[in-house]
Amino acid sequence: LEETETYDLPAFKTHRMDLGGLPTSTTASGSQLQEYFESMYRMRRMETKADELYMTGHVRGFCHLYNGQEAVAVGVEAAVTYEDYLITAYRNHCQQLARGDTVEAVLSELTGRVTGCSGGKGGSMHLYKPENRYFGGNGIVGAQGPLGTGLAFAAKYQGTKNVAITMFGDGAANQGQIFEALNMAQLWRLPIIFMCENNRYGMGTSTARAAASGDFYTRGDYATGLYIDGMNVLAVREGIAYAAERCRSGEGPVYVEVDTYRYKGHSISDQGTGYRTTDEVQSMKASRDPIDQVKTMLVDGGWATLQSLKGVERSLRKEVDAAVKFATEAPQPPPEHLWKDVLTPSASGESVVRGR
Amino acid sequence: STITCREALNSAIDEEMERDDKVFVIGEEVAEYNGAYKVTKGLLAKYGDQRVVDTPITEAGFTGLATGSAFAGLRPICEFMTFNFSMQAIDHIVNSAAKTLYMSGGKIKVPIVYRGPNGAAAGVGAQHSQDFSAWYGSVPGLKVISPYDAEDCRGLLKAAIRDDNPVVFLENELMYNQQFEVSDEVMDKDFTLPIGKAKVMLDGSHVTIVTHSKQVGVALQAAAELEEKHEVFAEVINLRSIRPLDTATVCESVKKTSRLVTVEEGWPAFGVGAELCASMMETEAFNYLDAPVQRVTGADVPTPYAQNLEQDAFPVRADIVSACLRAVDTSLP
Repeated sequence: LEETETYDLPAFKTHRMDLGGLPTSTTASGSQLQEYFESMYRMRRMETKADELYMTGHVRGFCHLYNGQEAVAVGVEAAVTYEDYLITAYRNHCQQLARGDTVEAVLSELTGRVTGCSGGKGGSMHLYKPENRYFGGNGIVGAQGPLGTGLAFAAKYQGTKNVAITMFGDGAANQGQIFEALNMAQLWRLPIIFMCENNRYGMGTSTARAAASGDFYTRGDYATGLYIDGMNVLAVREGIAYAAERCRSGEGPVYVEVDTYRYKGHSISDQGTGYRTTDEVQSMKASRDPIDQVKTMLVDGGWATLQSLKGVERSLRKEVDAAVKFATEAPQPPPEHLWKDVLTPSASGESVVRGR
Repeated sequence: STITCREALNSAIDEEMERDDKVFVIGEEVAEYNGAYKVTKGLLAKYGDQRVVDTPITEAGFTGLATGSAFAGLRPICEFMTFNFSMQAIDHIVNSAAKTLYMSGGKIKVPIVYRGPNGAAAGVGAQHSQDFSAWYGSVPGLKVISPYDAEDCRGLLKAAIRDDNPVVFLENELMYNQQFEVSDEVMDKDFTLPIGKAKVMLDGSHVTIVTHSKQVGVALQAAAELEEKHEVFAEVINLRSIRPLDTATVCESVKKTSRLVTVEEGWPAFGVGAELCASMMETEAFNYLDAPVQRVTGADVPTPYAQNLEQDAFPVRADIVSACLRAVDTSLP
């Protein structure tokens, strides 16, 4: 598994940056590919179970699933470390896993249990792992643009070489505050990657109906732009590594577009069929699926067989099933948690909270 | 010694920046211009442009940026040129700052101060003349401060900067130049005031006047007139903090005077006075009231430009005097 293979990368595209600096191929070892496969499969399985938990009434409100986009979360983490900051939008379950949390902590947050990663008080859109510099989980479309830029500001202020990555969808890419933040990031050469996950639809509105330019990687105007095939985990890894290095060297922000695709509806109440054809979804799954691509690499490289991978999948399904059981059996937060953490406890003791 | 509110605020920021290098100032014109109202004067020269940061005119952007930097452990002081412009950024104050500790189950602190001039100014028309106490005062997860004098400005701003929660600090543009006598204790570099405690400015026995910001001064003048011309002794309470609201101090005073007048420059609907009335209904103070509470508020209109109309839109001493006389002249059966 420690042997490596060389892989051609799908073509990058650049804006205000020489394409020549980017690799056209990369190497990966069997153990790396195995790790990417396991991470992505765990995510896919967790989201599938989250879907079921929603359908059976265990998950309330919203539930935005990541199926199809796993290579983005996994590729990012292969390129940076937990010293680097990450913040994203409301489609955030899998980033929580990628930043080192467990399926139990995610699913039991979705089911509103005290064991959830936010103690059951955040819900599906508000997962955080600040000890690994992951700041959610934002329900307000575009807010993570300036917030992420603030994380980059802090990285620079403290004299570190860390970068911040702020992820947002193609829908949020039209929000004014993304451009406000990018302007300051460029002015002050802040180490931030503005990462537009173009999954083709902002809720039910296609990019063609919402964006005056669908070439998102060019929309930073004065800022360097990079287009990455977001269905290929190695392309995401190499592209983000390159962008992060630029940021670390003080050259300012990079506006990245990762070209990806959302298999499921926007949230669970959306079947995802009213605004696109079943054929479109099927052909995307058949031709570009990020997990299948890595499976093929593992088998072609002689590191695994379809049979052995089935065994891995089986054990991951067991892991997720156990987490589902945990998430449906764990206790709800105790009633006194209603009043907790509105403010930090002051020196003079807990502050008084009124109401009810 | 004597200092202005502006000097009190400036020295508070300076000392806290000296004390903790995580504290920085960000906003429009805070650095090279020395602050639109000169509150940040001299800080750029002393601390450099890493810690005194001029932004483009982009409130949602720089407020979000400052808030994000607080997630990462910095302690930003985010200046609004006036709080009127904070409307462009209120989402970050409410949704990004106030709720994050709660939503994260206590994992992420947001130690940030949003500050700037608030309330009615002079001759600047409707969009630049508004009090946001009630707006921010309604949000759980925020602390909201409205200082009156130089002591308040120093002690409360220093406390706000040291607080681990998001604090909205509502200054008054018309008070920046006001001089106040301050003690040596107030000038100590570790002088802070507790957030959430009101101050009794004047002891009295006939009626309680509760107010905040610039109107504290007007209320003190009204109290002097009440004593001189009417032999009515008013107790004057400076709220200092809008949230938490020190209803205990108000309640104790009402138990003594049995009459309450609230004074504010904000609109009457859902305002600070309305909240005080409700809290009197909800506490034992209700049993002690001998007259209906009188509210003195800003007129329920957008702030007009013409000088005569603007004057009529905000409380003056005579309004407070007559409200107090109405209160003391009334006795419930």
